[in-house]
Amino acid sequence: MIPELGHFALVLALFVSLALAVLPIVGAARNDAAWMALARPATQALFGAIAVAFFCLMASFVNNDFSVVNVATNSNSELPLPYRIAATWGSHEGSMLLWVFMLSGWACAVSLLSKRLPLPMVARVLGVMGFVSVGFLLFILLTSNPFQRLLPPAPDGRDLNPLLQDPGMVIHPPMLYMGYVGFAVAFAFAVAALLSGRFDAAWARWSRPWTTAAWVFLTIGIALGSWWAYYELGWGGWWFWDPVENASFMPWLAGTALIHSLAVAEKRGAFKAWTVLLAIAAFSLSLLGTFLVRSGVLTSVHAFATDPTRGSFILIFLAIVIGGSLALFGWRASQVGFAGRFDKLSRESLLLANNVLLVAACGAVMLGTLYPLALDAFGLGKLSVGAPYFEAVFVPLMAPVVLLMGVGPLARWKQATVAELAGRLKWPALASVVAALALPLAAGRFSPMVALGLLLAAWVFTTSLVLVLQRARPSFAQLRRQPRSFWGMVVAHVGVGLFIVGVTMVRGYETERDVKMGVGDSVPVGGYRFTFRGVQEVQGPNYVAGRGTLDVQSEGGGAVFQMFPEKRMYKVQGMPMTEAAIRSGLTRDLYVSLGEMLPDGTWTVRVYHKPFVDWIWGGAFIMAFGGLLALSDRRYRVAVKAVELPPPLAAEPPTAGKRPQQQPAAT
Amino acid sequence: MKGRARFFVPLAAFVALAALLAVGLTLKPREVPSPFIGKPAPAFTRPQLKTGQPDFDPAQMKGQVWVLNVWASWCAPCREEHPILVAAARQPGAVPIVGLNYKDEGRAAEDWLRRLGDPYQAVAVDRDGRVGIDYGVYGVPETFVIDRDGIVRLKHIGPLTAEDWTREVVPLLNKLKG
Repeated sequence: MIPELGHFALVLALFVSLALAVLPIVGAARNDAAWMALARPATQALFGAIAVAFFCLMASFVNNDFSVVNVATNSNSELPLPYRIAATWGSHEGSMLLWVFMLSGWACAVSLLSKRLPLPMVARVLGVMGFVSVGFLLFILLTSNPFQRLLPPAPDGRDLNPLLQDPGMVIHPPMLYMGYVGFAVAFAFAVAALLSGRFDAAWARWSRPWTTAAWVFLTIGIALGSWWAYYELGWGGWWFWDPVENASFMPWLAGTALIHSLAVAEKRGAFKAWTVLLAIAAFSLSLLGTFLVRSGVLTSVHAFATDPTRGSFILIFLAIVIGGSLALFGWRASQVGFAGRFDKLSRESLLLANNVLLVAACGAVMLGTLYPLALDAFGLGKLSVGAPYFEAVFVPLMAPVVLLMGVGPLARWKQATVAELAGRLKWPALASVVAALALPLAAGRFSPMVALGLLLAAWVFTTSLVLVLQRARPSFAQLRRQPRSFWGMVVAHVGVGLFIVGVTMVRGYETERDVKMGVGDSVPVGGYRFTFRGVQEVQGPNYVAGRGTLDVQSEGGGAVFQMFPEKRMYKVQGMPMTEAAIRSGLTRDLYVSLGEMLPDGTWTVRVYHKPFVDWIWGGAFIMAFGGLLALSDRRYRVAVKAVELPPPLAAEPPTAGKRPQQQPAAT
Repeated sequence: MKGRARFFVPLAAFVALAALLAVGLTLKPREVPSPFIGKPAPAFTRPQLKTGQPDFDPAQMKGQVWVLNVWASWCAPCREEHPILVAAARQPGAVPIVGLNYKDEGRAAEDWLRRLGDPYQAVAVDRDGRVGIDYGVYGVPETFVIDRDGIVRLKHIGPLTAEDWTREVVPLLNKLKG
């Protein structure tokens, strides 16, 4: 009964989304207030219906209803409850349902938080999001029904892929999807602006917080995914440049560019057409990523032999949404016009350069991801593009981005002078060069890549410091008056610096040993001594494991602690899994994974010392925190209120500071 | 480019991309007629991935029907294909599967096998890709079936699916084994 209810709710949602996709947009075109007013209730009804469907599926998993194909293939009665819940989005069907659930969630949030937006704008934005929902609901109902029954029911399920049975996997997909799907809001705003022909600073201001929010989720989602790969795959890597990862990284790069160009569009009225294009691109890349991952076009050409409808469906949908919005862009963008002139050297030009580099980096990732497909399409054979390509193109593109990141915030809008910039940047430059040369030597081994990494990181930290000191004039009390968005930027940039430190140090100074160990054997790695104490068998809820014990002691003395790497065998799928033992610290991780037992009773054990590796994810989370700070800026709330007033004659709407008498609008 | 036309550049780029993806959808793993079919498998001698093992030479496999699988740890499609090989190697009466580790790093390759399971009776290391050239490898993974007399009977380009394995490879292996 519950699966049928869920299925029914999905069908209902499809009809609601059809109404939402058509009526409010037509109403906006015909200036019909009643039709436009349908947008909000329809959006909320859509969200309600999809939520019912989503929770029905979750209930089927929780109740172990093995008469549902999806549950029978992705769960098991011995699977612990949190993983049964996570299994809801562990399959293709479930993850598509999660996708559309989040889309309707974002739309619902827009409908609730847009009280101050003009009605035609709201109608168009929600209509566009409704349109996207139609596509995904049709896709789910026609090709990927998660509520398909299995008759007769299976006695027990085939279990969730053991790789996904992990706390990181419980929260990683929802976070990632929140980010992916969140760019739909920026996209909807861009398309609404194209439809209406209004590209004022207010448009950029409305889009900004939504874009930042989506970016925060995406950043956290990618970081969690990387962290999961690090501790779950058991080989100590954190990023593999595989198509699935690239699919999430491309929208992130485009979204990062979008955040910066929206800032210019709002404050200076420049780059409007470019910004609209980036907003379309960020969401299009999310859709493209969904296509690449879901169609199997990249890793396995065969996915289509089994179900050709899925890939074709998403492709047609992609063509309609992306092609349609780009056609609209081509038709309307020439009317945007160019406002806000700026000099060759100005904050605008620096941000533009950064934008171009970010987009180029995104293009390079896309090229690497699609190259095998293109070669195949032209009949030139099949091959894989691996990490060497990505590292070779990515570092040269991102190094200037990071250098510009330090310069941009210190440059004046409109016109900056070399002399002034040089004055502000000379100390950071000197300090960074000294750090880049001295720190690797102090660490014992100099290499050009380490020096470059530390140079970039030091540059970010020192220029951020100079920026803060600049704002602290004439007195430090001045700092308290800086808006949260300023602090958000500083924090996010520092996060990038921390991230670079992590990547540089772990690449430059990681040590690993792959050894054969019998009971009592010990091995020194990275200043620690690891002594093997043997392997015991332990029982998990749905696996059996060999659990190794190692005593670890710093070579300089100090307390002995133990680490317990495991080798698990998941009973249902018969899949062996390595569960690495990790001892994290601020300046290093110790990472032990258990290999095979050898005929003579010894074990192969792999031990890593990974300096500063946690800074990689720490940096990413701090970037996301910077985004949250920027989101909490009071300015947005007040600025939204200003829109309620009669439309300003000037292109620049009144700034918040000029209207102290206003109360912050409840948003 | 002047005027409005340039605003249609993104659309044009997308149309090209969509066309590419559409072609990608129709692609079937074709069996490229290989000049190697029916010819003796090219000879080579290469060290094995596991240290301490003698160098591998296809001549050692004379008298057996065997499978040569070209793979690399950096190759995502290989990861897709790998479980099928692992499962095949576990079947009773399975033919030996020999890996040719193509342009890879030894450590990464060993890691890969440790993590995903090792279906190979032997893994020959072709670091510079010379053996790959002799075998006409132009994409990884590729799989060859070689008969008792050392003659190449099948060349499969791209990842093997479970379906390929049961419909294409297994009947051929059974036929060759007689």
